[in-house]
Amino acid sequence: MSRDQAIRAEALESLLIERGWLAADAVDEVIATFNERLGPMNGARVVARAWLDPAFKQRLLADGTAAIAELGFGGEQTEKLVVVENTEQVHNVVVCTLCSCYPWAVLGLPPRWYKDPAYRSRVVREPRRVLGEMGVELGPATRVRVWDSSAEVRYMVLPRRPAGTEDLDESELAARVTRDAMIGVEVL
Amino acid sequence: MDGIHDMGGRHGFGPVTREADEPAFHERWEARVFAVMRAAFAHGAIRNADQFRHAIERIDPAAYLTHGYYGRWLGGVETLLREAGVVDEPGIRACIARLGGDPGAAAAARPDPRADAVSYDPAAPGSRRDVSDAPRFHSGVRVRTASFPVPGHTRLPAYARNRTGTVTACHGAWVFPDSNAHGRGERPQHLYTVAFSGEALWGEHAEPAVTVSLDLFESYLQEAPHEP
Repeated sequence: MSRDQAIRAEALESLLIERGWLAADAVDEVIATFNERLGPMNGARVVARAWLDPAFKQRLLADGTAAIAELGFGGEQTEKLVVVENTEQVHNVVVCTLCSCYPWAVLGLPPRWYKDPAYRSRVVREPRRVLGEMGVELGPATRVRVWDSSAEVRYMVLPRRPAGTEDLDESELAARVTRDAMIGVEVL
Repeated sequence: MDGIHDMGGRHGFGPVTREADEPAFHERWEARVFAVMRAAFAHGAIRNADQFRHAIERIDPAAYLTHGYYGRWLGGVETLLREAGVVDEPGIRACIARLGGDPGAAAAARPDPRADAVSYDPAAPGSRRDVSDAPRFHSGVRVRTASFPVPGHTRLPAYARNRTGTVTACHGAWVFPDSNAHGRGERPQHLYTVAFSGEALWGEHAEPAVTVSLDLFESYLQEAPHEP
């Protein structure tokens, strides 16, 4: 199955190269962009800054797009970025049930599970069960907020800062932040 | 459209399977599909993201479930490239044969000769637009969503139809996907975040203390009748 798709994709690529629509190195550029420039390392820097700088965190929660621009991030699927904060009372989790909308500029391309039917179908109906299966245990007093990205607004979760990280600097903190925590399916 | 893509709330898909240290692309062909999509955008075979999303919704539904994310994109971009006359099935098959593949392998693409063409470029970068009319709703207002399915592209998922929720944010006016996907103009309208309780969506089977928020266009919404 995957080999048929691979060859069909290659066929479309060569037909568009023949037509002059596509450069021969376009595929390498796509791969380099998402390996090196656009990925969860960007979002992790945003989160670490928010944990250390209360004024930045306030700006981030008020206007995500403007705040990430301070760190040089933007464009790609973040025309309007809304950052939602996890607290003791509220746990946020992000999905796109209709396709796979995702804030590329801060998180890169979505992982497979985010795009697969199981997550997209279930997390709006039984978020506690899905989160439990993914290792996030929430008490009954914690409200679960699910954000279904049904238009062009994109969502990112600001996870709670883990205990015992008081002495870490920004880059050490960023190294502790995972993609899954910024989607809301992991607690750090 | 009530397609297979509208997955929210469907039963039967089992556990979520995560992969450790997942790469951005698992195989080179996935990045090829990405590059082909970008080229189709740059040269006008795809005019806007709404048209592309709808093309993915129109692919073979069995392929939608089994070909994976980039397989769905492949189906969507091939659909639009064929509808635009940029490539055709015999040309693709001949190229597949030259590359040593099976030219008869089933494709996900479903080009439709009656499909709506989009004949204009976006009026401005991005999807946010200025409009003169004021928003009809504001935060705190209770709204009821539209009851019935529409045949074309829409961003009101089936699970949130005919439900009552509360507006929690107004986002200004944005290009309306339902018209833009079909080449009927950008027709920007106000967009709202609407929060629904788990009970409003799933009734007695809802999990406790759950809120599901969606971003919904003004024409999907009516002010909710007052509850007794």
